[in-house]
Amino acid sequence: MSMAPFAGIGFKPQHFDDAVRSAPADLWLEVHPENYMVDGGPRLAMLDALADRFPLSLHGVSLSLAAAALPDAVQLQRLRRLIDRVQPALVSEHLAWSSWAGRYVPDLLPFPRTHEALEHVVRNVMHTQERLGRKISLENPSHYLVLDGHDWSETDFLAELVRRSGCGLLLDINNVYVSAHNLHSDALAYLDAFPLHAVTEIHLAGHAVDETDTTLLIDSHDAPIADPVWSLYRHVLSRGGARPTLIERDGEVPALPILLAERQRANSLLTNEAVPV
Amino acid sequence: MTSLARFQNDFADAIYDDARSFPLAGHAAFAVYRNTAMRACLDALEANYPAVVCLVGRDWFRAVAAIHVAESPPRDARLFTYGDDFADFLAAFPPAAELPYLADVARLDRLSLESLFAADVGVLSAGSLNGLDPEALGALCLRLHPATRAFAAPTPAVTIWQASRAGLAVNEELVWQAEFAVITRTDLEVVVTPVSASTLRLLNAIGAGASLADAALSTLAVHPDAPIDLNLANLLQVGAFAP
Repeated sequence: MSMAPFAGIGFKPQHFDDAVRSAPADLWLEVHPENYMVDGGPRLAMLDALADRFPLSLHGVSLSLAAAALPDAVQLQRLRRLIDRVQPALVSEHLAWSSWAGRYVPDLLPFPRTHEALEHVVRNVMHTQERLGRKISLENPSHYLVLDGHDWSETDFLAELVRRSGCGLLLDINNVYVSAHNLHSDALAYLDAFPLHAVTEIHLAGHAVDETDTTLLIDSHDAPIADPVWSLYRHVLSRGGARPTLIERDGEVPALPILLAERQRANSLLTNEAVPV
Repeated sequence: MTSLARFQNDFADAIYDDARSFPLAGHAAFAVYRNTAMRACLDALEANYPAVVCLVGRDWFRAVAAIHVAESPPRDARLFTYGDDFADFLAAFPPAAELPYLADVARLDRLSLESLFAADVGVLSAGSLNGLDPEALGALCLRLHPATRAFAAPTPAVTIWQASRAGLAVNEELVWQAEFAVITRTDLEVVVTPVSASTLRLLNAIGAGASLADAALSTLAVHPDAPIDLNLANLLQVGAFAP
């Protein structure tokens, strides 16, 4: 199943009935594959029903591709089984790590972008693509900490990763905005340096001010998309053309029609502001 | 060890162990990672142990669960499997001692979760053993359905669990006794059925591979008055076996 450059939404189980009954014909949905790595039961049945009706994107959070070790073989097998089962249009992961030496940290963790790290990520992505039998895309993470010891800017690192591994990129514009705010860098300059030709999907989400350190923005996915993020999105569309765009909402999840209205706003921009590619 | 590996070691230690030696851990922003990871672990435990949450309240649950997270951080990215030793943790946690049924309720939550995610196969229908002559029936080795689980507790944990999952107060006339249940999944829904001690023993014997005749004998050895026919009918009725 291929994916036209329309907007999709992150699927939430509480929206299942509404989605199957009344979702627009061109809607696509994204899920975290980890939640469906089960032997059977209602959760897998629900995913099968979604796959029958909608193009799907599997957006992984746990392969830990920026670790100094290959991704877990069993986890890769589980992902492969899900891919074979639901035939997703897109498969993506993050430029981050979360597993190390038998421990799993349920977050997307940063690392110094050294030459050594690049070797690891290139090897891990190529290994993953080989095991999955397909290309994957990597998402730019959101940043909170200033790390020392980078040999590469993030955009150059990603461009080199694309060149060497043949992977695609998932551009999360909210992450760009949040990171630029937290690291005191320039979001527009980041986007202008981003290898847009490799982008297979765009993410849009809301963010929040951190409760303890109010100088930080958190990539919280619990609010409507902020106006500056919409502006950056228009900038990307005018430079890179239309791409499938996902509305992510993981906290304070509203009723489906409210998410679909946000999605409609993205669809209008995709139709009216994207340069032809 | 490479420098990336060393960085990951130190970072992961500082997430779960409050390590002060890692300079980055001193930054206010490091707390964002620590908090995000902890919140995800607590959300997972809360989702995986709903009856326990209902009994102790959300605040107490999350405070206690945070101690468990620090002791047993997740090893598997599938967080719906996280907390397989949480019942043991509760059993050994002194402040929970005044709720002697709590660890049993947690075990029942856990078994329900395992049942929910077990493989899909059909169910041996209640009538499918009809017409077998007694000898053939006795020689039969039935296979448990992958979603079937057996539960036994020295406390009335089944009654308490059921009231908790239904959002009801536990009846004041609760009889303090051992309770038994069979957990099954039919039509994609997990069902917890209270059963007699002999029914559970029969199920466990069949699950261990015994023929129906041998399973009946070993059950009768412990429960001489057990109505084996009714016990078996009960197990077939709830869909405990695979075809």
